[in-house]
Amino acid sequence: MNLFSIAWKSLRQRWLASSLTSLSVSLGVALMVAILIVNGVVDQMFSQTGSGYSIIVGARGSRTQLIMSTIYRMDRPIENLPWRYFEEWKEHKWVERAVPMNLGDTTQEGGFPIVGTTPEYFLIPPIPDQPFRMKVEGDDKFNSTWDAVIGSQVARKNGWEIGSEFQMVHSGGEGHIHDEKFTVKGILAPTGTPNDRTVFVHIDGFFALDGHDKPVEEAIERELKFYPSESRADIEKRYAADLADIRAHAEEEASGGGHDHHHHHAVSDLQKEVTAVLVTLKNDDYGIRAQSLEAEINEGIQAQAARPTDVMGRLMINLVGNVKDAFLVLTGLIILVSGIGIFVSIYNSMADRKKEIAIMRALGARRQTVMLIILSESLLLCMLGAVIGLLLGHGLVFFGSPIIEQRAGLLIDPYSYNPWEFIVVPIMIAMSALIGILPGLTAYSTDVAEGLQS
Amino acid sequence: MSLLLRDVKKSYREPGGGRLPVLNVKEYSLKAGEQAALLGQSGGGKTTLLNVISGIATPDSGDIVVDGVNLAKLPEPARDRFRAERIGIVFQTFHLLPAFSAFENVLLGMSFSGRANRGYARELLERVGLKERLNHKPGQLSVGEQQRVSVARALANHPKLMLADEPTASVDMANQNVILDLLRDTCREHGVSLLLVTHSPEVAGLFDRVDQLSDFNQPE
Repeated sequence: MNLFSIAWKSLRQRWLASSLTSLSVSLGVALMVAILIVNGVVDQMFSQTGSGYSIIVGARGSRTQLIMSTIYRMDRPIENLPWRYFEEWKEHKWVERAVPMNLGDTTQEGGFPIVGTTPEYFLIPPIPDQPFRMKVEGDDKFNSTWDAVIGSQVARKNGWEIGSEFQMVHSGGEGHIHDEKFTVKGILAPTGTPNDRTVFVHIDGFFALDGHDKPVEEAIERELKFYPSESRADIEKRYAADLADIRAHAEEEASGGGHDHHHHHAVSDLQKEVTAVLVTLKNDDYGIRAQSLEAEINEGIQAQAARPTDVMGRLMINLVGNVKDAFLVLTGLIILVSGIGIFVSIYNSMADRKKEIAIMRALGARRQTVMLIILSESLLLCMLGAVIGLLLGHGLVFFGSPIIEQRAGLLIDPYSYNPWEFIVVPIMIAMSALIGILPGLTAYSTDVAEGLQS
Repeated sequence: MSLLLRDVKKSYREPGGGRLPVLNVKEYSLKAGEQAALLGQSGGGKTTLLNVISGIATPDSGDIVVDGVNLAKLPEPARDRFRAERIGIVFQTFHLLPAFSAFENVLLGMSFSGRANRGYARELLERVGLKERLNHKPGQLSVGEQQRVSVARALANHPKLMLADEPTASVDMANQNVILDLLRDTCREHGVSLLLVTHSPEVAGLFDRVDQLSDFNQPE
């Protein structure tokens, strides 16, 4: 019989106290495992989502709001920029890709955010090396005005499939529902990013909707403000062809030319807007160009730029990081309290076990041996708690991940683990030594003759 | 010579600060394979004497030579080891560990000497008539059966000296002779010296050699 089997027998003798104390440890460990895994996923989502973009350009305002609205779709978009500004970005010598994004509307069913964009959006993975995978039917995907691509969650929650049609709720405030219907042409595979709960509509369709083309006068006024060096004449000259078209169309409508209200004409660039521009840069492995562009734009008055990794890094440290730390401290406290529980359980049993220890000593067990038996008990309780806790924690993640994905949109691999969770093993060994040392010393110093009489 | 005590003194500290002398043995010996009953009244120092002989307690002075080794001169870990390997003890209240089966209790006695032998443990329990009770825990055994387990456990390490402290005081009359016969027979079979302390003249009367503790222990 080795020390562990002797210790195990003693624990089994006190099975109720033993299992309860071990269970308390396992609950703490399970919670720690779950927090570490979920935190890893949150961390990846916040620190990596959007890291595929060099900079995001949007209207002036809060940098965090810009990132939260464009990448995470958790905040209201700030304002819109003229389409011409986006066109300038496309032509910029450092720019590899510039993708427009229009935000603000939601789906009628499920209230999912809608992004009006171009097919190029799906060519830039939001997380490097994790390209979009899209389920399509044939070659028919996101090329035409009324095409849409939906995230995996949207598909699941709304029960939409390829070919499903849907309507959008305008962001205007009164919940106006656009009459036009978009058709789902592609469904994204789960990405673990906010794209899973987003509906992407073709930007042409987005502009063709009522209220999405800015009235001509407002558009000219806004352009005058945006490009202060230009006069009204300059702007009218730039958009001369478009303006002529618009006026002709207006006259036709006024003369009752039999136009259906919902007939969609091509929207002029003057009337188009963009909420944000996702930009990737050429030859910018170290992000120096991104930083310098960001600084340049932010010094100007037209727009603001933000690097997603920079903004989210700060947010992670200041907010999410603190929440994680708070949770881990809480878990640490739970484990500590359960450790105290084990200590109390073992220590209290020592009075009853004085005789048992004395018998072992009388049979020839050395002081160190009985002390090691007590330490082994402590180690067994802690390790048993740790192992059950690890299994319980992973069970929690395994069975909880579909629920979390459904409710919070966090994509958690049910089999995922965080290497940090194995720190629980040395922690438990250290804790068991601390817990066992005092009862172990009590066993060590037990007077055999006295113990045999007790 | 299996056991030799010479000028052994032992006293206990009293609450008042003084010392209460319990043992003062000029000389006492037991030959190898010899069996002796030591008769004494309660409180006469019988258990203390056995504790000193087994190395559980240390004498204030004197020599305790067991199988040629002076226990009084050994440090505690060596005494523990010596006890585990060469001395068997049968207690009045058996002192079996309740969490362990009869078989495991015997095996436990072997474990501390580092010579666990499952076959021999089984053999010993069969020898004391507990072949069918190997996996029973002490609580599931009768008082007589428990004492038989403790005899088997005391023999587990092939001791040279067996110490029995009132081994029949807790058992009924029917079991008394069974236990005593078992102890004496197994010790004889294994060539083990047996020192049995008792307050009962009837029990002592079964032995060829009967010593009165008061004859050689004068603590005053």
